[in-house]
Amino acid sequence: MPFTGTTSLILAVVFGGLFGALLQRGRVADYNVIVNQFRFKDFTVLRVMLTAIVVGGIGVYFLNYFDLAQYHIKSADMLGVILGATLFGIGMVLYGYCPGTGVAAVGTGSLHALIGFLGMLVGGIFYALSFSWVKENILSVMSFGKIRLPDITGVHDLVWLVALLFIAIVLFRYLDRRDSEV
Amino acid sequence: MECCVPNNGGSRVGMEITKMKNKRSYIVGIGIGILSWIVFVVVNAPLGITTALSEASGAVAIPLLGAQAVEANPYWAKTVPAWDYGTLFLVGTFLGALLSSKLEKTFKWELVPLTWSEKFGPKIAPRFIGAFIGGIIAMYGARLAGGCTSGHGISGSLQLAVSSWTFFLVMFVSGATTAKILFRK
Repeated sequence: MPFTGTTSLILAVVFGGLFGALLQRGRVADYNVIVNQFRFKDFTVLRVMLTAIVVGGIGVYFLNYFDLAQYHIKSADMLGVILGATLFGIGMVLYGYCPGTGVAAVGTGSLHALIGFLGMLVGGIFYALSFSWVKENILSVMSFGKIRLPDITGVHDLVWLVALLFIAIVLFRYLDRRDSEV
Repeated sequence: MECCVPNNGGSRVGMEITKMKNKRSYIVGIGIGILSWIVFVVVNAPLGITTALSEASGAVAIPLLGAQAVEANPYWAKTVPAWDYGTLFLVGTFLGALLSSKLEKTFKWELVPLTWSEKFGPKIAPRFIGAFIGGIIAMYGARLAGGCTSGHGISGSLQLAVSSWTFFLVMFVSGATTAKILFRK
């Protein structure tokens, strides 16, 4: 880590603060906006996420290319990822927030987000207590390591990123046009 | 055709508001993308939330299960409860949203959100129980998958990780199915 000690702790609050403010201004710290994304009634969440992925992805690709940033790939332990993502989708709709937007929502005065935050702490305890079993029986199944889409397809990073950019532009134009039809 | 009617109330003013909201989503998305560049370079770590949350759950578990049990736990050995970069990032996320909503004058105490009360009524207890159980399930799932909407959904997807795109797609299908069942007519 280029910055350590107190400097990195101050930066943590600053970067976290920017993230929280962005989530709030993007209206994704709002229960209704998140739940209505999953009901296909409001596409704010997808707009924010896909834009962040495309902009972030192109930037981080070049930062990595010029040795200014390293990749941090999460291991493709596929059974764990699939089961975890399934649970996550159920939990997120019931809670109405994901972990990051839940924390931000507490800051905007959402008390049910605070209750769900306590639930997340309990979920963390359950996970830690079951970790040994999970590691042995779930995380080890279909474990392919830190692989990336370019590795398994042979398609270059930039092709993926430009394709994502293209998909985002087409999708957003469609959604925006639909919103302006009455 | 309820699904295809935009939220603009049909008026010109409504349409302008919808346009402004959509534009803001893109600006915020660009902002999060640029923030992730900065964070990758400056702290050499992606944006993420749930690793720090599991540290926090370890801190909560100390009075419940005893310090020894927490220390001996193989998972908390990896995510030692501490005021470190991750947990302070969480504090920042809370403070940033608080400040931002105060400045925008949109801060408000909310017990039961509109979309919930339209379906399940205005009673507080069912909403709190739903949020609590949802929080448990979401957090357990996030840890099992190795990340949440931030760590996998944004940070992992932008690095084109196979695990993260799988998470993103499966999570979305699962969430949409859950919403379909939960909000069925």
